[in-house]
Amino acid sequence: MTGEIHARLEGVTRVYPAVAGNPPVHALGPVDLELRRGEFFSIVGPSGCGKSTCMDVLAGLAPPSEGEVSFEGKPVKGTVPDGVGAVFQEDASFPWLTVRDNAAFGLRRKGFDPAEIRRRVDYALGFMGLRDFADAYPAQLSGGMRQRVCIARTLVLQPRLILLDEPFGALDAQTRLLMGDELLRLWRETGATVLLITHALDEAAMLSDRVGAMSARPGRLLETLDTGWPRERDSSMLEGETFGHVTGRLWQLLRSESQAAMGQHPDAGRGSDHREAV
Amino acid sequence: MTRLAWIRLAIVFAALALLEWLVQSGRISTHTMIPPTQMVTELWTLLASGEITDDIKQTLGNVAIACLLSVTVGFATGAGIHAIPRLRRALDPFLTTYYAVPFFVFYPLLVYIFGMNNLPMIAIGFMFAVVAMIINTLNGLDKIPRVYGKVGRMHQMGRLSKALRIQIPAAMPNLFTGLKLSVAYSFIGVIASEFILAPGGLGYAISFAYDNFDNATMYALMLFILVLVTAINMTLHYIEQRLLRRQGL
Repeated sequence: MTGEIHARLEGVTRVYPAVAGNPPVHALGPVDLELRRGEFFSIVGPSGCGKSTCMDVLAGLAPPSEGEVSFEGKPVKGTVPDGVGAVFQEDASFPWLTVRDNAAFGLRRKGFDPAEIRRRVDYALGFMGLRDFADAYPAQLSGGMRQRVCIARTLVLQPRLILLDEPFGALDAQTRLLMGDELLRLWRETGATVLLITHALDEAAMLSDRVGAMSARPGRLLETLDTGWPRERDSSMLEGETFGHVTGRLWQLLRSESQAAMGQHPDAGRGSDHREAV
Repeated sequence: MTRLAWIRLAIVFAALALLEWLVQSGRISTHTMIPPTQMVTELWTLLASGEITDDIKQTLGNVAIACLLSVTVGFATGAGIHAIPRLRRALDPFLTTYYAVPFFVFYPLLVYIFGMNNLPMIAIGFMFAVVAMIINTLNGLDKIPRVYGKVGRMHQMGRLSKALRIQIPAAMPNLFTGLKLSVAYSFIGVIASEFILAPGGLGYAISFAYDNFDNATMYALMLFILVLVTAINMTLHYIEQRLLRRQGL
């Protein structure tokens, strides 16, 4: 990882216009964010805080209402730049295509020659542990495997910036940890910059070089934590004492924000304090 | 063949055997019905003689045109309505009550407009089938996960490319159901119209045989239509099941 800025959000806000008599929704910002080339950055925050909106704006899927977005020094304006790939929380595998055809989808569209498609797809399927399921349809796979198909479909395009919008949100806790390990392996091997959107503090703390804590809507970055983890890491990080410090600090930052997102008073639920007051 | 399929086949053969016995033993008068074996031999004679070839061609031709029109117009209309939510809200009551309309009352009007030829029958077949295709197109497009739109944009796909490579394949199970229903409704619309005023076709031939107390021809033709429609429907059902299984539905 170098200190070179790979992608940048400057003063970005996103306001959804009024619909059917409902007032406009200020979903995000203003947000300033700099992703360094090759780093693993996570944004963690309460539900509905604008994390996914932030990713959409960075990907070029949604225009910012204000501010500037750039990737590799070039402004991002309304279209997804080359070199950016994304994996979403929802199962986005195509059920009418086999695993192999799903993985090859983007390459075929871009007109790669068949030999190169085969080479890249074979590599990606092998890397994601899907080689034995190449001819299966997504319906024959588990949720975790279908998500790996989506990662393989992104991976074959060799993106330099990988955006992950709660990709393991629908998976059970153990599978999430294992998928996290695979994600770290992918990150190390590709050298890509990764931005992970998640609401899971432990996931963000375990995977990231830096974690940005986002406030309740409209989402703003409250603080960016440097975890200081070595590049060679995996889910065994959870056993370490320092891991607890990182998640503890994140929870400290996000507790009142999560309460605000739930419509609670920030001090609600502080049982011991309450008893003392009584 | 699965065990269930064998059981189904056995039930059909048992019912035919029972019918055969009831007619042969005189419990059902031959003035009312002929035995299934005679239906088969009579049908074979009709097919071999070429006597009903023109009727078959006319009916199948009309059904094919009505079906093709209803599928293409139904798909295009469904896609158009889906793209304009306000129009859809306005049309929803008409679509949901459409099949309450007895289309055959329009037959004299259609004869007046198109003349005494195949067009009124094609129009009735089309009117019967088109809304099934529209409704299934709408259902199919409704069920496309929103995330596919994001995937398309991540792959920098244009509207046409997205439609051809993502939206239509994603909606295919419903589109196929629409196609299956359109085929069935086209058959019903065309053959039923042929009964009323048509100058030819299988429906007309059955009606003619009925009016002339020609039970043998009438039942042979009914058997032909039943076998034909069942065969087409089973083929489409088989393809549909494969599509649904593949998509985990």
